[in-house]
Amino acid sequence: MSGIAIRNIRKSFGATRVLHDVSLSIADGEFLTLLGPSGCGKSTLLRILAGLEVQDTGSIEIGGRVVDGIRPKRRDVAMVFQSYALYPHMSVAANIALPLRMRRLSRAQRLPLIGRWLPGSGPVISGIEMEVSRTAEALGIAHLLNRRPGQLSGGQRQRVAVGRAMVRHPAVFLMDEPLSNLDAKLRVQMRAEIKDLHRRLGVTFVYVTHDQAEAMTLSDRVVVMRDGEILQVAPPQEIYADPNDMRVAEFLGSPKINMVDATMREPGLVDLAGSALPVACEIAPGSKFTVGIRPEAFQFAEHPGPGVITGSVRMVEHMGSDLFVYFDPCGLEHPLIARLSAERAPHIVAGQTLHVSVRPDQLLVFNRDGRRVRARDVSRTNPSTPVREWA
Amino acid sequence: MSAIRLSPAAAILRHGVLVLTSAFILVPFVWMVSLSLKSPGEIFRATFSVLPAQFYGVDNYAKAITSVPLPRYMGNGLLVCALILAAQILVCAPAAYALAKLKFWGRDFIFAMVLVGLLLPHQVLSLPSFILCYKLGILNTYLALVIPYVVSPFGIFLFRQFFRKIPDDIVHAARLDGLTELAIVWKIMVPMALPAVIAFSIFSVVAHWNDLFWPLIAVRDGHLMPAPLGIMAFKNEEAGNDYGPLMAASTLVVAPLLIAFLAAQKWFVEGMTGGSVK
Repeated sequence: MSGIAIRNIRKSFGATRVLHDVSLSIADGEFLTLLGPSGCGKSTLLRILAGLEVQDTGSIEIGGRVVDGIRPKRRDVAMVFQSYALYPHMSVAANIALPLRMRRLSRAQRLPLIGRWLPGSGPVISGIEMEVSRTAEALGIAHLLNRRPGQLSGGQRQRVAVGRAMVRHPAVFLMDEPLSNLDAKLRVQMRAEIKDLHRRLGVTFVYVTHDQAEAMTLSDRVVVMRDGEILQVAPPQEIYADPNDMRVAEFLGSPKINMVDATMREPGLVDLAGSALPVACEIAPGSKFTVGIRPEAFQFAEHPGPGVITGSVRMVEHMGSDLFVYFDPCGLEHPLIARLSAERAPHIVAGQTLHVSVRPDQLLVFNRDGRRVRARDVSRTNPSTPVREWA
Repeated sequence: MSAIRLSPAAAILRHGVLVLTSAFILVPFVWMVSLSLKSPGEIFRATFSVLPAQFYGVDNYAKAITSVPLPRYMGNGLLVCALILAAQILVCAPAAYALAKLKFWGRDFIFAMVLVGLLLPHQVLSLPSFILCYKLGILNTYLALVIPYVVSPFGIFLFRQFFRKIPDDIVHAARLDGLTELAIVWKIMVPMALPAVIAFSIFSVVAHWNDLFWPLIAVRDGHLMPAPLGIMAFKNEEAGNDYGPLMAASTLVVAPLLIAFLAAQKWFVEGMTGGSVK
């Protein structure tokens, strides 16, 4: 009903290219997150969806209807802004009612003082008032309806902004970093409320954030963007465990993934941080590439041995259930970070020698261009078996 | 910022300077009010006192109101000022919105032209304005007093500076909520820029209430004259020696402005300090 199709969108501001040929399709009722660092073009893409910016080329379809050149108010989308963008001179009730007033009342009926007494406006106005109070109740802001936005806290303003968006039942909800002005505790609470709102309304949500925790917890699918390009579109678990690109792997996860330069010694065995580790993909021996290892992929090992990395511990951070151990394997400039279970790893102190093992399937291999090399990709890169393109 | 403590000598010096400069500005006013209460004989006496020896106020003010149609002149002034102000806001707010928030080819050039307009004194334009009014056939009507002032570069500039401080997201939200661009101007921008609107109103009303030059050129009919022109007519009629009623008339003409300014002082200061408004 209200899926979105984004086709080959390009956008430049002056000489700066903000979006390079972005294509994406969003299912009806899906919660999709655009995730990326600031300046990656995610907000611009959202504004193009809303009709607030015009793309240079490409086309947008919402609910099966091409909306290029259609004004924002006719697109059946609502947006929640990072700054909330409430009208400071209007009460909360007037803020929430405005989109309905603009749609349901004629120009004359909207006139101050007189409008209310024009024929036909009475029932419409009381209908609007009822819907405003119903929305306010659903969001827990019914007692604030007569206040001005300036008299509200951040969380309350956020709810008013959501109320103004949901009161007219849009087909698509667009949210531009709606939680980034809130403090950490409130952010977690509002995150759950937005998730719940999506479940109740069942409409399509497109959510822009640079916060990976929001992206991972809220989304059905995450779109990771960088420098105006889409790097990967996948469900949260997949985007974390099976990234397509080095930049995706590095953007997600805290502490950050370890990236180590490695050389292929022989098929299935890789030279890495002074050890030889078995690896699942087949790359020509002697070639250089990068291996990504999530901190939690390391397992504590009692003894050195084949497939075990050894290094001296530089620093230990106790996080309660886990330990973050920074250690220097020989031959590496930067320390590696291991996240070890506090129960399974005995008391580790700085200066001691640490042995850790890694399962072969948890080594993420990236080629020189930062693209992921998967075990099943090998046949495709092999020149003897060309892949046929079906045009 | 904490207040800087001055040594007593510096404080006395500073206050001395302030008292002296305010005296320069206030003395003519005080003198005017004082003269308006005195008898003709006392006005030309060599010694000066602020309070009249013989209270002649009632006669002077009565003469000011009755011998020329001063209420009529003030009514004219009020009508002309109201028309000018309404037309100016009607023109300036959308123009300033376009310059502040819309992107279009030549915007910066147009804004530069507004700044040029800001530099030109109105007297420079009086001849073209006069010819324009003549061609339109509106000389010696209320319209002739209003039309040349409808576009105020100062108003456009002031509003534009204020509108620019309003976040773009508010404009975006309004567009999504279904407001047309004009509705955004009148329902969102102007109410949010109320201090600027009030400050501008005071400027506009003061300037046009006190304007003598253009009405002198544009109207000849006594029924159309605004207050300052009326006072001049008064002076001619009385051969220039009956200062008591003249000063009474002047006091009456200035009084509404003083009252209006005192009432709106809070917004006036806020509007002039622009950025402090959130």
